[in-house]
Amino acid sequence: MTTVSLARLQFATTSIYHFLFVPLTLGLGPIVVIFQTLWHRTKDEKWLRLTHFFGTLFLINFAIGVATGLVQEFEFGMNWSVYSKFVGNVFGAPLAIEGLAAFFLESTFLGLWIFGWDRLSPRLHLATIYAAVIGSWLSAYFILVANSWMQDPVGYKIVDGQAHLTSVWKLLTNEWAYWAFVHTILAGLTVGATVVFAVCCWNLVRRRNQELFLPAAKVALIVLVPVSIFNLWFGSHFGILVTRLQPMKIAASEAQWNTCSHCSFSLFQIGGFTEDDQTPSFSIEMPGMLSYLATGSFSGTVQGLNDINDEYAAKYGAGNYKPPVRAIYWSMRAMAYSGSVVALIAVLGAFFYWRGWLERWSWFLWVGVAGAIFPFIATTAGWVLTEVGRQPWIVQGLLKTADANSPAVSTAWIWTSLSVFVSLYAVLFVVDVYLMRHFAAREPSVPREEELETPVPAF
Amino acid sequence: MDLQDVWFVLIAVLWSGYFLLEGFDFGVGMMLPFLPRDERERSAMLETIEPVWDGNEVWLVTAGGATFAAFPAWYATMFSGFYIALLLVLFFLIIRVLSFEWRGKRESPRWRRIWQWANAIGSAGAALVWGIGLANLVHGVPLDSKNDFAGGVSDLLSPYTVFAGIAVVLLFVFHGATFLTLRTLGSLHDRARRASRRLSWPAAAAAAVFVLWTVKVAVDSNDKSVFPPIVPALIAIAALVLAVVFVLTERSGRAFVATSVATVAAVATLFTSLYPRVMVSNPDFQNSLTVDNASSAHYTLAVMSVVALIFVPLVLLYQGWTYHVFRHRLGDEPLDAEQGSAPALDEPASPGAEPVG
Repeated sequence: MTTVSLARLQFATTSIYHFLFVPLTLGLGPIVVIFQTLWHRTKDEKWLRLTHFFGTLFLINFAIGVATGLVQEFEFGMNWSVYSKFVGNVFGAPLAIEGLAAFFLESTFLGLWIFGWDRLSPRLHLATIYAAVIGSWLSAYFILVANSWMQDPVGYKIVDGQAHLTSVWKLLTNEWAYWAFVHTILAGLTVGATVVFAVCCWNLVRRRNQELFLPAAKVALIVLVPVSIFNLWFGSHFGILVTRLQPMKIAASEAQWNTCSHCSFSLFQIGGFTEDDQTPSFSIEMPGMLSYLATGSFSGTVQGLNDINDEYAAKYGAGNYKPPVRAIYWSMRAMAYSGSVVALIAVLGAFFYWRGWLERWSWFLWVGVAGAIFPFIATTAGWVLTEVGRQPWIVQGLLKTADANSPAVSTAWIWTSLSVFVSLYAVLFVVDVYLMRHFAAREPSVPREEELETPVPAF
Repeated sequence: MDLQDVWFVLIAVLWSGYFLLEGFDFGVGMMLPFLPRDERERSAMLETIEPVWDGNEVWLVTAGGATFAAFPAWYATMFSGFYIALLLVLFFLIIRVLSFEWRGKRESPRWRRIWQWANAIGSAGAALVWGIGLANLVHGVPLDSKNDFAGGVSDLLSPYTVFAGIAVVLLFVFHGATFLTLRTLGSLHDRARRASRRLSWPAAAAAAVFVLWTVKVAVDSNDKSVFPPIVPALIAIAALVLAVVFVLTERSGRAFVATSVATVAAVATLFTSLYPRVMVSNPDFQNSLTVDNASSAHYTLAVMSVVALIFVPLVLLYQGWTYHVFRHRLGDEPLDAEQGSAPALDEPASPGAEPVG
């Protein structure tokens, strides 16, 4: 393998892994906030027990998010030094702001939350988890601002072969960043609520602590139903912006080789993914739907891969500007179909809860447990679509991935680091799953006497 | 002073903050398998750093981000050139993060032993590699005419840089011991005090040689005169001498202040020796990266300055407040009377558990 493909493989591995834990943190945090706020308001012991119980799951994953996030930050410089020099002026700014304005907030206040139960007044202690969650959401925003610039570069000019920032305001209010942020936060809430719901189902199916897990399941469903449905709508509308700014990505995600209007949406197809085989041998289609999803109108025109490639060749020089079509087509569907399955489980779960069937229907509780896998498939596939769909560019229209790696780094070094990360991450994964299972199966602790009384506030 | 210089100073401040804060939690981590007599003491020892280590590590994340934004060429060359070193740092930091989060999650003594060693090895390893890495900025590594790294792993190892790594490890253990003496009670406090007394001379001597050697290297390979780098070096040496005196006369608060000043002054010596270069090229000195040829354009630096002006004081304020909240001494409470969500995190609290403070 070449250094570029190895560096790409490494980035894909470490960032996909990192993003298993990030959305869980983004989504579990607010749910723990809900539990603790309910405890603060009602003084009902069950909410405190749930805060501790899900707080522990939250922290186990937060730790891996931190550890793997550091790898991401270092990796730009380690494997992609040409890229780092080219974009540093622009891309470095949101990363540095993320550290100063968001990550400090998140980490410091999370430390206060974990260890501050007996040292802070209940109100102040509650405020620390709010601060930590706000920090984690801000952090997501700044990271997505950085990534959005790679999708849709704004507010810059090229000086001596480097991108120079000309407007930080344009960078921070990039339309792409707004869509990506809302989509990611909704996805995070979906992941968090699905995992909480799955843990509740697992405990309910074993008839344990119904008085805790039934109310927790209710909270999870109240979050999950609107969020998962809204994100389907929001994500599909995001597609209209992508069509305008990265038509190649949309054409590839639909395996649409030729420009069309009134285009139908391919639900499933066999073949039609390569230059030599542009027509599928079998497909199930929804008439007009692709035009609607890509342009907002059933009769809209969607550019095909071949035409866009001609246009890019005229603009950037001869070459192949098509991303791998098969991978993009299927990651788009993995994302959309998994997201739909989650919404379906959520709606059914809410209906069964309302009718009082949820805790009695074991088969559905098992569906709820297994359902936890789907939002992870959706978020992973979503990033594959976003990043692989931008290829061959690392920064859309400005720098190609093939020209962006570190000249000083040999394949041997990347092989070394790749094997270190893969083995370390494999161990992490096994231990994390073990711990999650151990703690999810554990009896939620009964609060100590003095926790239920009002402690002497430190301030 | 140009904005490039401001950002050079700010990055030096971020590294100082990182060494000052993570320095003592590295030190405490390194002593974890050796100092405590039993599980009770070990938990109390860990608890002195558990609420704060994560916030401390953000100083590194921010130093990395600030270097990327303010000096893209420095970030690119240093991170790709010091590839294996940084891979090691990441490995050490990751096993350390896991040890904090996972050690208390099971009762088994074997499980806890694995993670306490992970913490010690992670702490010592990261300190060693950071010492070697930063010393290499001053000592110089081979850079080509495009300022790209043109050497191998062995180019990072020279007598000076390896000694710098060892000195940083010793300084951090000493710093950790004075911190622990300040933060503990009872038998653990006595052990911490004995440890800091034993460590005081060797650590102070190694750190003193390190700062002086740094000044010499700056003169030899970075075209610097003895002044100004000698100023922070002398401050570091004075602080080290005072630290030894305070440790021997058992004034733990002052001893910790002294090791803190020494740590910051040692980082200041490195960065004063480095300026106006950010990465010295050795042997081809003219290929060195400087604050001018490595920096971002004025606009980015100006934007980042405003951001830093707002957020650095805020961060100092709330991190300072965190240290105030967790200022109580630890070590005399009965086993399992850990703070926080400990009952939910660890096995259920013993009936005799009492909150402290």
